[in-house]
Amino acid sequence: MRPSLARTAALALALSAALVGAGCGGDDDNGGSPPDRGTMVLATTTSTRDSGLLDALLPAFEKASGCSVKTLAVGSGEAMELGARGDADVLLVHSPADEEQFMEDGHGASRKAVMHNDFVIVGPADDPAGISKAGDAPEAFAEIADARANFASRADDSGTNAKELELWDAAGIKPKGSWYIETGQGMGETLTIADQKDAYTLSDRGTFLATDNLDSELLLEGGKGLLNPYHVIVVKGDDLNTACARLFSSWITSPGTQKTIARFGVAKYGEPLFFPDAPA
Amino acid sequence: MDPVEDVLGRSALVSVSATLIALAIGVPVGTWLALARIRGRAGLAVAVNTGMAVPTVVVGLLVALVLWRSGPLGDLDLIYTLRGMVIAQVLIATPLIAGITMAGLQALPPDLAEQLRALGANRAQLVVRLWLEARVPLLAAAMAGFGHAISEVGAATIVGGNIHGQTQVMTTSIVENVGRGDFGDALVYAGVLLALAFAINALLTSVQQRAAAWAQS
Repeated sequence: MRPSLARTAALALALSAALVGAGCGGDDDNGGSPPDRGTMVLATTTSTRDSGLLDALLPAFEKASGCSVKTLAVGSGEAMELGARGDADVLLVHSPADEEQFMEDGHGASRKAVMHNDFVIVGPADDPAGISKAGDAPEAFAEIADARANFASRADDSGTNAKELELWDAAGIKPKGSWYIETGQGMGETLTIADQKDAYTLSDRGTFLATDNLDSELLLEGGKGLLNPYHVIVVKGDDLNTACARLFSSWITSPGTQKTIARFGVAKYGEPLFFPDAPA
Repeated sequence: MDPVEDVLGRSALVSVSATLIALAIGVPVGTWLALARIRGRAGLAVAVNTGMAVPTVVVGLLVALVLWRSGPLGDLDLIYTLRGMVIAQVLIATPLIAGITMAGLQALPPDLAEQLRALGANRAQLVVRLWLEARVPLLAAAMAGFGHAISEVGAATIVGGNIHGQTQVMTTSIVENVGRGDFGDALVYAGVLLALAFAINALLTSVQQRAAAWAQS
């Protein structure tokens, strides 16, 4: 049972209209609760969970769509594995090169830009490698390698890890040695280990801001090379909850949700954690 | 990821050292709890038995808080090291070994200790004799302590950090492989870990059964 595109689009429209209405405080009767559309599995990255964004978005989607969402927060690599195996209905991931491969392999029905945040290089406050004056990220990485200052790598095939390896590549360095610490764990754990070991690391801004008890400081930010774009991918396959996946894809790129994303985190951190990317 | 033999060696090194240290602490403590006639013995026995059930991840958290750079023993630089992991596993295995030792000695005939004393045994001779009588449960205590230490992942992750080339052990590699969706490698590591547990327990069991047979002859 696959609903037609037109029906999905109509539903999504009604849905975003209802949400925008609710967002404006108009709590009028808008036709009762939606039908139960079953469970949808969303495979996404630890960064969207750790930052608290999902908790802020999903309840509204569940309420409006009648889809109950089961979230698996894993690395982008595993999220796409789950999708390819048919264990996830929809993906929210940030590893563009792998995503393009995923679409090329025919696993995805659609892929849309949702939002971006940026990567930052954090490290010990005294900055032993002196990277805060570096022009861009590859230059900073080269300085870290030259100084053989500790660097903590996630080494877990995540989107952040893919970005880090890309930057080493751009710096023309193959990181190796006792200064290069591979944790094999998520961003929060890796930030903690980096902090304890006086190491530099590459983090998405959101997780760095949301992780408590760190003495590490933000040493380098900005530059096109540090952008971190997220896409929503509807997985192609039989026996998947494609109806909910399509609804989710339309909903998260709708103007109302995009506004919520732009506002998220401002109250707590004084700056937004994510910037909406869906064309209005 | 490190070569599997490096990771295996690290797991064996950490858990065998932890078990040996835990035996050196747990057997005397368990013996004392079984034999001492003091007030509050029941309370201490409850404490040891509770220690057998403390989740390893809780032990890991407490040890990490102490070894943390900002913690009371932060200057020792033990966080994210194999030594730190040994400390955590000693704390995990010791209550098990003490508890099983206590139960094993209490299961001996109650008048045995008195007979030995009547025969003129001093305290050291008495304890050694009782350990020999209880060698089967004592070996079971060693196996239980080792089994708990080698299989735990919570403390190894928090205190060790799963750092490649330094503190990655079998259990934390399995978790990491699953995390990256690599179930094939995870299964290989799981198989190797099972083989290590089997080898060490086979050795201890053969000693134990020989000891049991000798007792009956």
